[in-house]
Amino acid sequence: MSGSGEKTLNLTLKVWRQKNGNTKGNLETHKVSGISTDMSFLEMFDVLNEKLINEGKEPIAFDHDCREGICGMCSMYINGRPHGPKQGVTTCQLHMRSFKDGDTITVEPWRSVAFPVIKDLAVDRSAFDRIIASGGFVSVNTGNAKDANNILIPKDDADDAFNAAACIGCGACVAACKNGSAMLFVSAKVSQLALLPQGLPEAKSRVLNMVGQMDEEGFGNCTNTGACEAECPKGISLENIARMNREYLKSSLTYVKK
Amino acid sequence: MSSSKLDAKIPEGTLEQKWTKYRSTVHLVNPANKRSLEVIIVGSGLAGASAAASLAEMGYKVKVFCFQDSPRRAHSIAAQGGINAAKNYQNDGDSVYRLFYDTIKGGDYRAREANVHRLSEVSGNIIDQCVAQGVPFAREYGGLLSNRSFGGTQVQRTFYAAGQTGQQLLLGAYSALQRQVGMGAVKLYARHEMLDVVVIDGKARGIIARDLISGKLERHFGHAVLLATGGYGNVFYLSTNAMGSNVTAAWKAHKKGAFFGNPCYTQIHPTCIPVSGDHQSKLTLMSESLRNDGRIWVPKKAGDNRKPTDIPEDERDYYLERRYPAFGNLVPRDVASRAAKERCDAGFGVGSSKLAVYLDFGANMMRYGQIEANKQSLHNPSQEKIRELGRDVVKEKYGNLFDMYKQITGEDPYEVPMRIYPAVHYTMGGLWVDYNLMTTVPGMYALGEANFSDHGANRLGASALMQGLADGYFVIPYTIGDYLSEEIRTKAIPLDHEAFVKAEADVQERINKLMNIKGTKSVDHFHKALGKIMWDKCGMARNAEGLKSAISEIQKLREEFWKDVRVPGEANEFNLELEKAGRVADFIELGELMCKDALNRNESCGGHFREEYQTEEGEAMRDDDNYAYVAAWEMKEVGNWELHKEELKYENIKIAQRSYK
Repeated sequence: MSGSGEKTLNLTLKVWRQKNGNTKGNLETHKVSGISTDMSFLEMFDVLNEKLINEGKEPIAFDHDCREGICGMCSMYINGRPHGPKQGVTTCQLHMRSFKDGDTITVEPWRSVAFPVIKDLAVDRSAFDRIIASGGFVSVNTGNAKDANNILIPKDDADDAFNAAACIGCGACVAACKNGSAMLFVSAKVSQLALLPQGLPEAKSRVLNMVGQMDEEGFGNCTNTGACEAECPKGISLENIARMNREYLKSSLTYVKK
Repeated sequence: MSSSKLDAKIPEGTLEQKWTKYRSTVHLVNPANKRSLEVIIVGSGLAGASAAASLAEMGYKVKVFCFQDSPRRAHSIAAQGGINAAKNYQNDGDSVYRLFYDTIKGGDYRAREANVHRLSEVSGNIIDQCVAQGVPFAREYGGLLSNRSFGGTQVQRTFYAAGQTGQQLLLGAYSALQRQVGMGAVKLYARHEMLDVVVIDGKARGIIARDLISGKLERHFGHAVLLATGGYGNVFYLSTNAMGSNVTAAWKAHKKGAFFGNPCYTQIHPTCIPVSGDHQSKLTLMSESLRNDGRIWVPKKAGDNRKPTDIPEDERDYYLERRYPAFGNLVPRDVASRAAKERCDAGFGVGSSKLAVYLDFGANMMRYGQIEANKQSLHNPSQEKIRELGRDVVKEKYGNLFDMYKQITGEDPYEVPMRIYPAVHYTMGGLWVDYNLMTTVPGMYALGEANFSDHGANRLGASALMQGLADGYFVIPYTIGDYLSEEIRTKAIPLDHEAFVKAEADVQERINKLMNIKGTKSVDHFHKALGKIMWDKCGMARNAEGLKSAISEIQKLREEFWKDVRVPGEANEFNLELEKAGRVADFIELGELMCKDALNRNESCGGHFREEYQTEEGEAMRDDDNYAYVAAWEMKEVGNWELHKEELKYENIKIAQRSYK
């Protein structure tokens, strides 16, 4: 359908195979042919899996769900980059027109101590859920809210909060970081709520708790290389990390737990 | 006319008083007793997450199950355009009654008045709640919330966060849920799939779930079981649903006695990116909000192969504006979809497949550009300058959608019109529920898209988010008391109870059966075959002959599936093909019921269009004398159902031929 003109590709794939979390894995080589440039990267994997099933082999396990770039479930490390060569897209939105006929493509799972491999390309990212559970919320029970327009929020603040809140929790930032740091993910939530009046009452405890949980989960430290921002499919800005550092410093000096 | 087996339990009183009065008189459970009452919630989308957070805040012991790796992945996340609420912030005459009226009319007079009115009443509270949670809705420069229009309405009542409203609302509900998880009030079971309901003495008392990583089956007890498991659009294989969206939980409930309501009511959304080839795995929606600023057209000349930008204004047919001047490009979805199909069937389609129409932002980009130029006091700006300024305005409103379109098609929609075509998007049908959201199995509830209740035969845009959150935040926390207040003496049932043992054994047997077929065809092969039958014969247009042939084709497909499907790997491990196989097996059974329901309904209404029943202008023709009822199907055995009818009474709205002209 594309106006770009559909072509077909023959490719060599080197894919990480690992039976489960207790076994060692290795790269396995597969050839695929007749791949349309209009296909998404995951549709190319569908083709490969269909082929494997028909050959009586086990298909490659990978996480995916919405296939429109918003659920954050797909997570492939393609040629050494989370979500592949194109900036600002998730694996499901990466299309084969970004590759050339005859290419060899290496596909691995997210690599981080805090994201153990479940099988093949699927990893366990429940550490992110636990970080949110430690403070990524406003403590307001259902039914206690006043009329929405009673809270005035300057448009620029609302926009900044939205841009931080656009994080999809995919973990590409962690996978991209040589230290396996989750600072971009954590700071996006801290920033969103620090920018809004609703988040202020708990701002101090929030940042301390979330950073504490992040450390406990085994994520590494931030050394300001900026790889996370460069690889983030949603363009979450490094400014969030700076804001979180300010919030953290302020809170650790002034927060008194009663 | 209503079946004796169906009691909708609609409270007495005037429409305006029903909910207020009921809410104030429904039985309560005291805080000490809540702590010993356990509630199982399956699904973590808007309905499931909001219900889980709210019930846990009230003190109930809650367990939440989802098949994804995190509750935040649920497909509510993908909703784009917005959420409706009768706030009247725009001072344009909106009211609870108007939202209620628009929803009933939009649903083509096939929804329950009392439920829809309640939905309208709580709609405002939803916005308040979400803002309090820190959901960053779009705002005006004065700091107030911004609104836009959606189809089927003439007011601006849709709240939004760019084209990612579902994401922001879900993350709000998810954070409320995670807060309860952190406090230990909710226990979370991610990567778990519900594979059966356990029914003891006629009441739902738990579920059997499969741990998707280890493959182990687990038994879980609950005083009540809430299904918030979404819709079943993936029965068509290609839809805008996520790859994992499925009917399995609802279908297991159906097989355990929950009636299925109006299964044939499917929403085909008018603005999706067209299918591009055989390899395609899913379809992508382009939000209805785009119809605020995009004009839909096809060339006036059939088979016109010129580039859209080369076709002059007077050779374009803005067919929605032509046919429906009052609502124009913002007619409801069913109407817009049928109109697109009509033009394409008549040979006016565009693109290489000819199954597409244009959605063109050119005119409004220039209009916005002119306004911006005025704001910036630019005198005599060039056309390019105006276009550039307009482009920025459009970008701010719909930037992420334009990017997505470009990613998928390789074309830049700022330069050329989008090509769009209708695609399966939402299912109005679902488990039949009463006013309390309880299914026909006591103790088992269905929330959000999983139930049938509020949208009749066609859902209006931006109302799915509203309904999911209404059910979870503001309905179930009250209505569940009606049932659980009677359960305070029920002790947790031990998991070695024979009903749990039997249910687990049945699930195990089915898994073994799937693993042992060792046939020759992949699960996807069967899913695609089913999808083709459904789309061709039970899709945008249906007729008796096609439906009859679809039913026998589906029966044959079911037989073939159970003889020839190939599920690789083992059952006691992470096995995505096994998960899919179970879901497709259920879709095949559901597909047959959808066709039977469509065949039974000898009328056209909303998303259900029977070719035999249309006006001379091609509009849907209802038969209110014979079909003003909810079709609630009771399963006797696979392939055999009994129909029950719930009569729909319209006491507050005059039932009329729907017109958007």
